[in-house]
Amino acid sequence: MNDTSPTRAEREAKLEGMGCSRRRTEDARFIQGKGNYVDDLKLPGMLFGDFVRSPYAHARIKKIDVSKAAALPGVKAVLTANELKPVKLDWMPTLAGDVQAVLAGDKVLFQNQEVAFVIAEDRYIAADAVELVEVEYEDLPVVIDPFKAMDPKAPVLREDIKDKTEGAHGKRKHWNHIFTWEIGDKAGADAALSSAQVKVKELISYQRVHPSPLETCACVASMDKVRGELTVWGTFQAPHVVRTVAALLSGITEQKIHVIAPDIGGGFGNKVGVYPGYVCSIVGSIVLGQPIKWVEDRMENLTATAFARDYHMTTELAATKDGKITGLKVHVLADHGAFDACADPSKWPAGFFNIVTGSYDIPVAHVSVDGVYTNKAPGGVAYRCSFRVTEAAYCIERAIDVLAKKLGMDPAELRLKNLIRAEQFPYKSALGWEYDSGNYHAALRKAMDAVGYQKLREEQRQKREAFNRGETRELMGIGVSFFTEIVGAGPTKNCDILGIGMFDSCEIRVHPTGAVIARLGTKSQGQGHETTYGQIIATELGIPADSINIEEGNTDTAPYGLGTYGSRSTPVSGAATAMAARKIKAKARKIAAHLLEVAEGDLEWDIDGFRVKGLPERAKSMKEIAWAAYNNVPPGMEHGLEAVNYYDPPNMTYPFGAYICVCDVDADTGYTKIRRFYALDDCGTRINPMIIEGQVHGGLTEAFGIAMGQEIRYDETGNVVTGSFMDYFMPTAVETPIWETDFTVTPSPHHPIGAKGVGESPNVGGVPAFSNAVNDAFAHLNVGHIQMPHDGWRTWMAAKQAGLHK
Amino acid sequence: MAKSQVTMTINGRSVDALVEPRMLLVHFLREQQNLTGTHIGCETTHCGACTVDIDGRSVKSCTIFAVQADGASITTIEGMAKPDGTLHALQEAFREKHGLQCGFCTPGMIMRAHRLLQENPNPTDEEIRWGISGNICRCTGYQNIVKAIRYAADKLGGRLTKEAAE
Repeated sequence: MNDTSPTRAEREAKLEGMGCSRRRTEDARFIQGKGNYVDDLKLPGMLFGDFVRSPYAHARIKKIDVSKAAALPGVKAVLTANELKPVKLDWMPTLAGDVQAVLAGDKVLFQNQEVAFVIAEDRYIAADAVELVEVEYEDLPVVIDPFKAMDPKAPVLREDIKDKTEGAHGKRKHWNHIFTWEIGDKAGADAALSSAQVKVKELISYQRVHPSPLETCACVASMDKVRGELTVWGTFQAPHVVRTVAALLSGITEQKIHVIAPDIGGGFGNKVGVYPGYVCSIVGSIVLGQPIKWVEDRMENLTATAFARDYHMTTELAATKDGKITGLKVHVLADHGAFDACADPSKWPAGFFNIVTGSYDIPVAHVSVDGVYTNKAPGGVAYRCSFRVTEAAYCIERAIDVLAKKLGMDPAELRLKNLIRAEQFPYKSALGWEYDSGNYHAALRKAMDAVGYQKLREEQRQKREAFNRGETRELMGIGVSFFTEIVGAGPTKNCDILGIGMFDSCEIRVHPTGAVIARLGTKSQGQGHETTYGQIIATELGIPADSINIEEGNTDTAPYGLGTYGSRSTPVSGAATAMAARKIKAKARKIAAHLLEVAEGDLEWDIDGFRVKGLPERAKSMKEIAWAAYNNVPPGMEHGLEAVNYYDPPNMTYPFGAYICVCDVDADTGYTKIRRFYALDDCGTRINPMIIEGQVHGGLTEAFGIAMGQEIRYDETGNVVTGSFMDYFMPTAVETPIWETDFTVTPSPHHPIGAKGVGESPNVGGVPAFSNAVNDAFAHLNVGHIQMPHDGWRTWMAAKQAGLHK
Repeated sequence: MAKSQVTMTINGRSVDALVEPRMLLVHFLREQQNLTGTHIGCETTHCGACTVDIDGRSVKSCTIFAVQADGASITTIEGMAKPDGTLHALQEAFREKHGLQCGFCTPGMIMRAHRLLQENPNPTDEEIRWGISGNICRCTGYQNIVKAIRYAADKLGGRLTKEAAE
């Protein structure tokens, strides 16, 4: 070896593999305005679709007159349920086993429901035509409060299924009831509660919110009538699933449907489902033979596609008087809106809500969930969380604080007393999950040390005294949250979407020059997949990440996958990537042995190639091996160097973290200032620390928005009163706190590279930290649990209730 | 609908066009001029994804008509890099400091930051936060955007220390 050959460290660094903060490859186009989002698409002859929407939350449709709209120059067609009925597309199946009206036929069930679809030469003419469609309604009594949905005299919402006593998930006990889902040991939980030394019971509500990615939902459908082929570009987090659904609904065979998800401007769960806009665009294009674009506006996005949460959780905890939790019981009333369009794995109508025992060693637990219909938009998507996991984390983390208050114990102490101990992993929870790995006590202690927890408590004590002396009007709160996520859905033995197992995939091809293209079944919406998957391959194959192209979203070229949501990309497709790379590496080893004329067993891997054990100068780099794969393979071996892996995870992964929030509430204005927010995340092996930190910042900001101000609110007649960014709280750079991030690393034992996923953790853990902080500010006063969102009005009301206003 | 003649300079290029009086500037830029880097996020002037620079001011192009920009000089994200492809310091900074994720707010954010640094070449972090408060980002939590703008400001002002550059 001469002096100019690179050192091992230089060879390693050149790869930009796992563990380095590699700058993102996708950024080059985004910073120059050269991204390719759906609305950027322009096809010859492209038309534009727009919806006529219902002004009423519940009304019978007496008459629809489209004649004036249809006569407007530039209008090509107006679709109503009548046009969709002959092709059986006036209703569509939802991911939750229900059906949803594509266009309302007999009646409308929520405000802004789709009633007619106008197709015109441009978006201005379409908007004019929407105004010309005349719909005659007869309004009906509404159900807005989910607690009144199952009243004996409640109006029938879903006439289409009013006599069905069985739904997709078992018995229905009322015409507005969707399902009951139960898990755990009811008798045991009841016994624990009845014999408890201390118990608490609280209704903990997680309000209806919306993911609101900055880009709204959109598609372009283009039917080529000559070839009989349909191409749909769309904001799809799960493009392959959309293709399969399109094939099942349209009758076009699946190979003739090309679904493409180009760049996506944020998803957060909003872009998992199939919406009426997609169906109408496809139908319109099939009828007219021209491409049709549909793009939601923001008001449509906030009021008609994919709300999240709306879980009302009556929570009971049993404990000994020294703070050992002995049992948990939760009943959830879930408001699903007018159609059950939750995006959960098919067998899980309440998602993975049974992670609600959280990070604690709780011996017995029981959960029951009742889903009900109301006159609100359908949805119930997993907004930056695995399915219903953020609801569960909020429920247990808030309940722990309620219990701490009752016990007169410090909330962090109570957590330390009940956290699952490191030696208990893999840990089988009372509600059926097997947590893969964790070191909870170490994480919480590290977080407490980092913020100086005891000092903060002392400061709080002094500040309360100062308040009483009239020296300050601020109430200081300290919020602790310790969360466990359950992500990476999931093992096909218990997770599927419409019958398709929730595996995911990666196909890698190494070209003769050692460059690589890899394609995956997932779809980035900003998570940086093009960068991080490249890093996994770089480390596994010893090929520089800069020579690796990552491609997602084109269902013609990518192997089948279930898409990106529920933090499943790294746990599932990341694993598939490593496994596919290892197949290639196994073949590369055989080729290297052939080239070096040694036995395979005489070789060892060394950063970017194979070398002969004990003779490091005899080596073949992956670049050399790649070339040989196309001209000099061992006898009997096929040429080429590529592999595909469909990865069926043996278990979910369980990222966790400890978050601490410090706030000061102004008792007179209700304004809450977040003074400090510390977030420690453990997502197992860290692929790109820069991207992880960015994900945590973003998730915390979403959590801040949810906890401190967001709510999709309806008035008593079903009008949405938060239908724009004027009324729906969107944190700007001014309100958003400064984030302190930290980490521990506890790899997943069953994942090929030990990674667990991180994108959603901060939303899951962040919300309870904020809410606990605000509630903690009032913990010494007699106000009880304060519901989210903690906007100025609610905290002002709490202060008033506490008698702080003279 | 009768069309109006407009003349403007877009990214240094002179443009004559016929537009409907009601056409929004953002649609004119995106659909008639094929400058799709400017995005639409809310149509109500809240999110700032459509921010462009008009005659030395940041303007949300979803809330003005193309005809109102008659005679104006407009810079969009496509006009930020030099013709030879050299990136503007802000573009480089957003990548370097991980100031973007999905990229949808990025063009508007960069255009706003560009004007902010004309108005205040050496802003504090607090001033940056107020300066971009008309632009919403749903992905980054702003912290790295603030860092990126700070980094670009320092670079443009010749204040970039060695540590910051690393």
